[in-house]
Amino acid sequence: MTIPEGFDPKQAHVVSQWPHDRPLNACRFDPAGRFVYCGSEDAAVERFNLPDGARTIINGGHQTWVKAIAFSKDGNIAVSGGCDGKLTWWDSPAAEPKPIRSINAHKGWIRSLDVSPDGTLLVSGGNDNVARIWNISDGSLVYEFTEHTRHIYCVAFHPDGLSVISGDLIGGLKQWEVTTGNEVRTFDATPLHSYNGGQQVDFGGIRAIAVSPDGKWLVAGGLHKASNPLGAVHEPLVLLFDLETQKLEKQLIAEGITQGVIWRLKWLSDGSIMGLSGGGSGGFLLFWKPDAEKDYHRFQLPSLARDMDVHPDGLQVATAHYDRHLRISRLAAKAT
Amino acid sequence: MKINYACRSTEHGMARRQFLGSMAATSAGFVAGGLGIFANRAVAEQLQSAQKRIVVFNMHGGLSQLESWDPKPGTDTGGPFLAIPTSVPGIHISELLPQTAQQMHHLCLARGVNTSEDDHGKGAYMMLTGRRQTPAGNFPQLGAVAARALTPDNSALPGHILITPGGSGGRGNDSAYLGPKYSSVYLGNGNPPQNTTRPDNIVEASDVARQDFRRHVNERFLNRRRTAVTEAFAYSYEQAEQLMRQRDVFDVSKEPASDVDRYGTHDFGRHCLLARRLLEQGITFVQLSHSNYDTHNENFNFHIEQMGEFDRSFSCFVADLAARGMLDSTLIVVLSEFGRTPNINQYYGRDHWSKAWSVCLAGCRIPRGAVYGKTNANGTAVEDGQVDHGALFHTYLQAAGVDSTGSFDVDGRDMPIADPSAAPVSQLLT
Repeated sequence: MTIPEGFDPKQAHVVSQWPHDRPLNACRFDPAGRFVYCGSEDAAVERFNLPDGARTIINGGHQTWVKAIAFSKDGNIAVSGGCDGKLTWWDSPAAEPKPIRSINAHKGWIRSLDVSPDGTLLVSGGNDNVARIWNISDGSLVYEFTEHTRHIYCVAFHPDGLSVISGDLIGGLKQWEVTTGNEVRTFDATPLHSYNGGQQVDFGGIRAIAVSPDGKWLVAGGLHKASNPLGAVHEPLVLLFDLETQKLEKQLIAEGITQGVIWRLKWLSDGSIMGLSGGGSGGFLLFWKPDAEKDYHRFQLPSLARDMDVHPDGLQVATAHYDRHLRISRLAAKAT
Repeated sequence: MKINYACRSTEHGMARRQFLGSMAATSAGFVAGGLGIFANRAVAEQLQSAQKRIVVFNMHGGLSQLESWDPKPGTDTGGPFLAIPTSVPGIHISELLPQTAQQMHHLCLARGVNTSEDDHGKGAYMMLTGRRQTPAGNFPQLGAVAARALTPDNSALPGHILITPGGSGGRGNDSAYLGPKYSSVYLGNGNPPQNTTRPDNIVEASDVARQDFRRHVNERFLNRRRTAVTEAFAYSYEQAEQLMRQRDVFDVSKEPASDVDRYGTHDFGRHCLLARRLLEQGITFVQLSHSNYDTHNENFNFHIEQMGEFDRSFSCFVADLAARGMLDSTLIVVLSEFGRTPNINQYYGRDHWSKAWSVCLAGCRIPRGAVYGKTNANGTAVEDGQVDHGALFHTYLQAAGVDSTGSFDVDGRDMPIADPSAAPVSQLLT
């Protein structure tokens, strides 16, 4: 991965913010870098053009909230996953995208999507405790993985495209082969889950997964220190595993953020890890090096954010906010 | 305080040895799953034909009406869940209650509840007593009122049972001026009442001897110093003795394994099955809690989990009571201290909201397969059929055959059974 010119997370700043009618839940750049697709607290998919932010409301794909978005490798197909359990394929660059196909993919919410590095396969995970592999070209089911016992919160392809890593509510984190479903490895991510006996609730879960481009490291994000799950008192936490040995190498923390959860993790071009934390302490982009537990930099966003993505240029970052805005930040110095 | 023997209770006039003898015979006549504990056939028949019972499901913390009885899908407040049809055409409830939806023909939804109280403690007090707290006095909870008004005088079992999600059990302080006899007996995590097994180091003969000695001393003392306090003291011993003899009544493990599977192996499933057992044994009032719905954070994640548990167990409970012919004599109430805000906060949570929420009812005089009251399009206000805690409290009692406009005679004073300034909701009564 080449470090783009001007890349400097310590100079991060917001360059654009575009309003929407409802609080936003999800956002993804298309791989061609032309759009940001969003899901919000309604049944539509929203598309924002880059760089002007022109918005297109795309209806007809879902009955309720959209929680997850993914793209084909060329960016011409967008796929959205909803709380209605549906996957909907869209003609992404069309002036007014229409559904290409919509399938009942899961019983219950679809919480997470990812596309294989070669762009041929889509993985989905949801509230039926099942992860499914789909052929992105025709929507056919390739394989389903049924070894999780609780809601699947996050799924991600390994960079080699041969396996998927999936994580659930109670800290189950599993790597399994795409073609056979055989488990390759399991990781102990239980620090990201807790059961509160007083409130009688399971809480936490693996909210974010990312594998380093060289396949050496696996990071899983979420929360810990959940002293009051029902009152949103918990701190962000990232677990750094050696993928080969499954050893938990480090717990990456963010001191002083007393109310937050990691919603997304991305490996950056310089080998550092960027996490989005959203919670009562606000919205933050947090930056860690794999060799240190504490973040080396943090950038506070204007309000609480719930999802994040990195543009193919490696500099622009999209964040989906509760305050009904999509924001674009740059990991570089302000233009003079 | 001298006891008032003019009160309606007849236990004072019942010879103690007759009372205890009756209890012993009752214990011997116990039959699991039936009414065999009532050795007196007349009492059993009366129970089956006339005695009304009440069961309250307390959705602790404040159940979201939008994720249960009054969904608003597609609106700015509706959240991510859909509404599903029920067994009653035209009535839809949250998709989180698919099995309960199939029992809708037994249920009645009051969708216009406005209690104007967003504090947990005050809201719970209001919903369980039918009145606001005042510095001037305390009021008995529904369970104590039901125990006093509905429990046959010669019942061998306590009339007021709370099944708590945890804890070790004990006695509640919830009967106010009705006295400790009507206070709740807590079954911590659904376990039988505390201290109801004879210690291993005391043989039965010794136990009988010491109980006889206690009664003898009590009799002598009470002949000269009979007060409400000493009466309650003596009663507590008698009740404890009966509870020891009838411990099996509270033992949910006696229920068929197939029912355990149907209700769910989690605590709430076991508690619902225990509630069914207790009602079948003739207990007048059972209250159980399901926790925790105080979902300021991640309301939807938590409601998926909690409603899933509730749906399975509650739907089995309703179906079983209907199948056993008990719905005509058993009032079911599903309540909370309040509902939750239509607004979804930044943590995907909902906060406290008492201005427009729902209560679910079934059984006795409650209409079947009905909805009363209506909220506006996004659930922020009641549009029609508004009811409050006082009216609902009257309604519960009226449904169970109690004239809620009457009074209890407490030490010679008339104490209104329910708030005299409120009235039952006629539309919720057949």
